[in-house]
Amino acid sequence: MKQFQSSRRSFLALAAVTPFAVMATSACGTSGPGGTTGGGASMWFLSGEPNQTTIQKAVDAFVSANPDNKIAVTYFQNDAFKTKIKTAIGAGQAPTIVYGWGGGTLKTYAEAEQVEDLTSWFEANPELKNKFFPASFGAATVNGKIYALPNQYVAPIVLFYNKELFEKAGAQPPKTWDDVMSLVKTFNDMGVAPFSLGGQSRWTSMMWLQYLLDRIGGPEVFKAIFEGKPQAWMDPAVIETGTKVQELVSADGFIKGFSSITADSKADQALLFTGKAAMMLHGSWTYGSMKKDGQNFVQDGKLGFANFPTLPGGKGDPKNGVGNPAQYMSISAKATDEEKETAKKFFKDGIMTDTVIDAYINSGSVPIVNGIEDKLASSEDKDFLNFVYDLGKNAPNFQQSWDQALSPTAAEALLNNIDQLFLKSITPQQFAENMNATLGK
Amino acid sequence: MSAATTHRAASGLPKNELTSQPKSALAWLTLPALLFFAVFAVIPLIGVLILSFAKWDGIGAIGAAGMENWTSVLADPDLYNSLGLTFLIMIVSWLVQTPISLLLGVFTAGTQRYRAALAVLYFLPLLLSSAAVAIAYKALLDPNFGLAMGLGLPFLAQDWLGVPQLALGLIIFVIAWQFVPFHTLIYQGGVRQIPKSLYEAAQIDGAGTIKQFFHITLPQLKYTIITSSTLMVVGSLTYFDLIFVLTGGGPGNSTRILALDMYLRGFRANLMGPASVIAVILVVIGLALALFLQRLGGKDKQGSQLEGM
Repeated sequence: MKQFQSSRRSFLALAAVTPFAVMATSACGTSGPGGTTGGGASMWFLSGEPNQTTIQKAVDAFVSANPDNKIAVTYFQNDAFKTKIKTAIGAGQAPTIVYGWGGGTLKTYAEAEQVEDLTSWFEANPELKNKFFPASFGAATVNGKIYALPNQYVAPIVLFYNKELFEKAGAQPPKTWDDVMSLVKTFNDMGVAPFSLGGQSRWTSMMWLQYLLDRIGGPEVFKAIFEGKPQAWMDPAVIETGTKVQELVSADGFIKGFSSITADSKADQALLFTGKAAMMLHGSWTYGSMKKDGQNFVQDGKLGFANFPTLPGGKGDPKNGVGNPAQYMSISAKATDEEKETAKKFFKDGIMTDTVIDAYINSGSVPIVNGIEDKLASSEDKDFLNFVYDLGKNAPNFQQSWDQALSPTAAEALLNNIDQLFLKSITPQQFAENMNATLGK
Repeated sequence: MSAATTHRAASGLPKNELTSQPKSALAWLTLPALLFFAVFAVIPLIGVLILSFAKWDGIGAIGAAGMENWTSVLADPDLYNSLGLTFLIMIVSWLVQTPISLLLGVFTAGTQRYRAALAVLYFLPLLLSSAAVAIAYKALLDPNFGLAMGLGLPFLAQDWLGVPQLALGLIIFVIAWQFVPFHTLIYQGGVRQIPKSLYEAAQIDGAGTIKQFFHITLPQLKYTIITSSTLMVVGSLTYFDLIFVLTGGGPGNSTRILALDMYLRGFRANLMGPASVIAVILVVIGLALALFLQRLGGKDKQGSQLEGM
């Protein structure tokens, strides 16, 4: 019995020590979001210029004007960020300011009560609400309540082209699908890839489907899908969209090896400005990064841009746009009151100041702020900015990017099936059927 | 343990109880390991098992799902695709890595100085993290801006990560590149353990280098081979980081192995329940394989490889 006692004592000693050991090992894993101590708020943002500098400067200016409020920003790559933020929110470790694209992902956060309802705060600050494009609030609203601050810029998907290559080929930017297919032949014969595409990121390939479906079937088709109407994906326009995509892939419309290229590496943009590819369908934000990375490609006026072409017998208005109506920032419900106050103050005074607005305009983006027409007109990028402004604000219909609009479950299935569609390992019919099975999920 | 010793001294226990003391003291020494095992393996495992019967998106509340996750996952053709790929990568990796690391191990076990220098070089890939290896390969293999263009070698300009078969082959190659050094190290140690006298006797009997390799080195390495194979086979179930960064499971689903499938379902598609089902399947397969490999070498556990030495 004595021996048992002594052993128990050593056991107790061990039991007392073990938790510390466990704590020490688990502490290596994460030090929490942004290591916020002392009332500072934390924010996660996307790495990559020019926006990283813009945001960092905005935060620095805000903090130096409000020494009592601190904001620690951590930067992540786009694709990595999307997963990390979701996991962090699920684990109750979210940063104070939750950056995102609104839509279906924001809806899951809102329904799980992980982000603050900002409706009453916007009511108390009407000047802030009236500052932004009214359309930008759509993707921030869940069940009639506003859960996020729209900010940054409107980012439609734009058909970019290399003017130099078009001049060499004696060609005009495509207005119809027939133009597209004949340009594919022209450029392939010249030894230049017709379209650049960072296919491994998958949402890049999705941009093609978004425009094609709009041009073929009009905005109503995706609206039905978004609302989860039965058989919505089985619309003939969806199958036609898939057929057109595979037609383009079969004709070598995309650069060789497009499924090896990721958008984060910006190799897809480099292909366009180094003259290896003639055209690229990409977000308007690439204008700024091509201006920065492409030596003088943009400055010398070699970058052309156009609306997505029409399709024979298609229903969609060629002025319709797709893309991101804005970027969004929510406040984590798990943050302390002090952190929430800092975040709200930053939303009001720090995030869309005149300096920030000018920085976005200078980098070739259209901020979602009312009354910027004069600023746009006096910018050196005014042609592009007016084009984007028109596409983003005045389009008869502006469809939010599908992977953001849909629930994360449906979005992942969508991206996976798009990848297979571009690889031609599934038929357009199978694509429609696979997606149809995700309705309501 | 000092407390235990003073106790025993004070109480003056009979001798036979004293002799049993070292054994039980040793048993207590496993306690920290057991505790860690419980905290980091058993408890999460129970959690995963419970989650496999739950409906959870990773963000909101957890609800019961009954058998729904299991039936939906087991009926999903993607699961069988992933299982097939996992076993394919496992088997091909073993077939590629074992001969190479065995031969390299035997080679580097020699005491010549140039061999030691080469051994250091072979060892280098092991020092890099999988994510770094994957990013480096991805940049090198970029069909438009990678090694092929830099060195002007057009045959290298393949769509390495965009064609299913190439992507799979490439992954097996990079895995081998990364892990062969580790297994080489294991074999090197194994070879150095073989008594010199065996080779001396064989030489006297007139056996050449090749005969010595097949009749002495290989049989003597039996347990080393089993250890290395177990690590390879069970390890290949958990290959994740490298494939995730290199291809993300693509193109299509052509490199979506089980561990990756689990991650994508859980953290991309917010389906924690089905992801947990796959985790349970992974655990079962891993355990079965490890037991099987143990059996392979374990039948004659008492049998000596050094009889008559």
